[in-house]
Amino acid sequence: MRGDNPKDVLFEKATAVFAFGVLFLAVLLFALLVRESVPAIRKFGAAFLVTKTWDPVAENFGALPFIYGTLVSSFIALLIAVPLAVGSAIFINEFAPEWLKNPVSFLAELLAAIPSVIYGLWGIFVLVPVLRDLLMKPAAHYLGWIPLFKGPVYGPSMLAAGVLLSIMIIPFILSVSREVLATVPRLQKEAVLSLGGTHWEMIRIVIGQHCIPGIFGATVLGLGRALGETMAVTMVIGNRPEIFFSIFQPGYSMAAVIANEFTEATGQLYLSALVEIGLVLFLITFVANLAAKGILNTMVARAGRGL
Amino acid sequence: MENALQVKDLCAWFGDHQVLKNITMDIRRNSVTSVMGPSGCGKSTFIRCLNRMHDLTPGFRVAGDVLFDGRNIYSEKIDPVLLRRKVGMVFQQPNPFPRMSAFENVAVGLKFNGKKRSRAEMAETVEKSLRMAALWDELKDHLGRPGSSLSGGQQQRLCIARALAVEPEVLLMDEPCSALDPMSTAKIEELIEDLSDKYTIVVVTHNMQQAGRISDYVAFFLLGDLIEMDKAAKIFTNPADKRTEEYITGRFG
Repeated sequence: MRGDNPKDVLFEKATAVFAFGVLFLAVLLFALLVRESVPAIRKFGAAFLVTKTWDPVAENFGALPFIYGTLVSSFIALLIAVPLAVGSAIFINEFAPEWLKNPVSFLAELLAAIPSVIYGLWGIFVLVPVLRDLLMKPAAHYLGWIPLFKGPVYGPSMLAAGVLLSIMIIPFILSVSREVLATVPRLQKEAVLSLGGTHWEMIRIVIGQHCIPGIFGATVLGLGRALGETMAVTMVIGNRPEIFFSIFQPGYSMAAVIANEFTEATGQLYLSALVEIGLVLFLITFVANLAAKGILNTMVARAGRGL
Repeated sequence: MENALQVKDLCAWFGDHQVLKNITMDIRRNSVTSVMGPSGCGKSTFIRCLNRMHDLTPGFRVAGDVLFDGRNIYSEKIDPVLLRRKVGMVFQQPNPFPRMSAFENVAVGLKFNGKKRSRAEMAETVEKSLRMAALWDELKDHLGRPGSSLSGGQQQRLCIARALAVEPEVLLMDEPCSALDPMSTAKIEELIEDLSDKYTIVVVTHNMQQAGRISDYVAFFLLGDLIEMDKAAKIFTNPADKRTEEYITGRFG
């Protein structure tokens, strides 16, 4: 069949060109980021990654506050999103009556379709005031002696960014977790029931036996999403290029600083420093997504072998 | 009481499709009863009714009574979780928990329902169960190996040990040898005979020779009906129903 017909040959070549075209674009993107970062890499070297200063006037640049902000806000997002998403996945797959399954998962997955700027607006007008008045102010008042919850409270903060991000990544973790739960062999569930296990014991055991790598993969996938999210984070994180230990204080993320400062970056070095932040972000998200894919693929392969 | 289980007019449906029709039979205590019949005759569905294994299957419905210790297991007063501790089950495919060690696989049921046992008590029960499942000598030095690393026959005996550890009265076995080689099959059959001194065993099989070798009683199912049930010798030498005779002489099925 293959190669017989000249039209088929042409079609095969054409699709190959498209496929390699996509790959080529990714490589080109990476090469461009590297080329544009060269001035900043030459000037600051590896110190760029661990320097706290961000001073466009003196042309002294360090990416640490942004790396810190991206990692911490994403970590907060995972802390909130993983239990919620995994819990919902368990509910939908194991407990919800048939008629409820599809509407619930449809609505939850619809969260992924909302444009991030809408999340940002909702964050500014609803989430930030609510968090500030109902959570951060009382917490800073009573628990302010713990460095993590130290005031003063403004509203826009690392916590606000983390909470908003968590809502945005729930649909991804939820849908992957549901798929992971669905790969559990029926016989494994029945084994637990046949020994006199309760529904809860059944879920606990099959998750421990079969789902931990998959749920970890789902988590890393959510992390990949959270790391790169720009608009919504920019609108609620506070945009201060400093490092505060308290999650009630403002911060800044890698994506946010690029979005905010790119148009006003005047000097070549300033521009180059922003591009280098982009390069670091590219590498971090690339590694996170690669790890997630790797874990999930091994999982699927093992499920295929019936393990 | 000499009957461990009494089934009265049991009917079962998956959705609109009726798979069991008015099954009535007594299952004698401390005996091996084989449930035999061609594919699709409802024999697996039937034994899964005896420990309410269908409870989580959407669209499944039963009517009629299954009396265990004189009480209907489908009555609202019966907790299916407690019932299944008394009526254990071994499945067609060996299904040990792959990431648990052999020891943990056998001990897992002991930890259910919040029962606390000391480490020593647990080890004792695990040894006893593995001995009963004729697996102790092979495994006693490898109790830490994961369940998935054992051979198919060992996995199935591990599953039998796991079921015995929670001290059931009845053991249901759904074609326990169909995934095994002849050597492992012979071991499991021998085991079934030994266990019937202490346990009531119900085995589903589509293998007549096997039913002949291990059974005290044989029930023959066809298309959801119980055609006849009698002592094994009677069924195989002088069946009352023509259809049974046709089946055992290999004219269909």
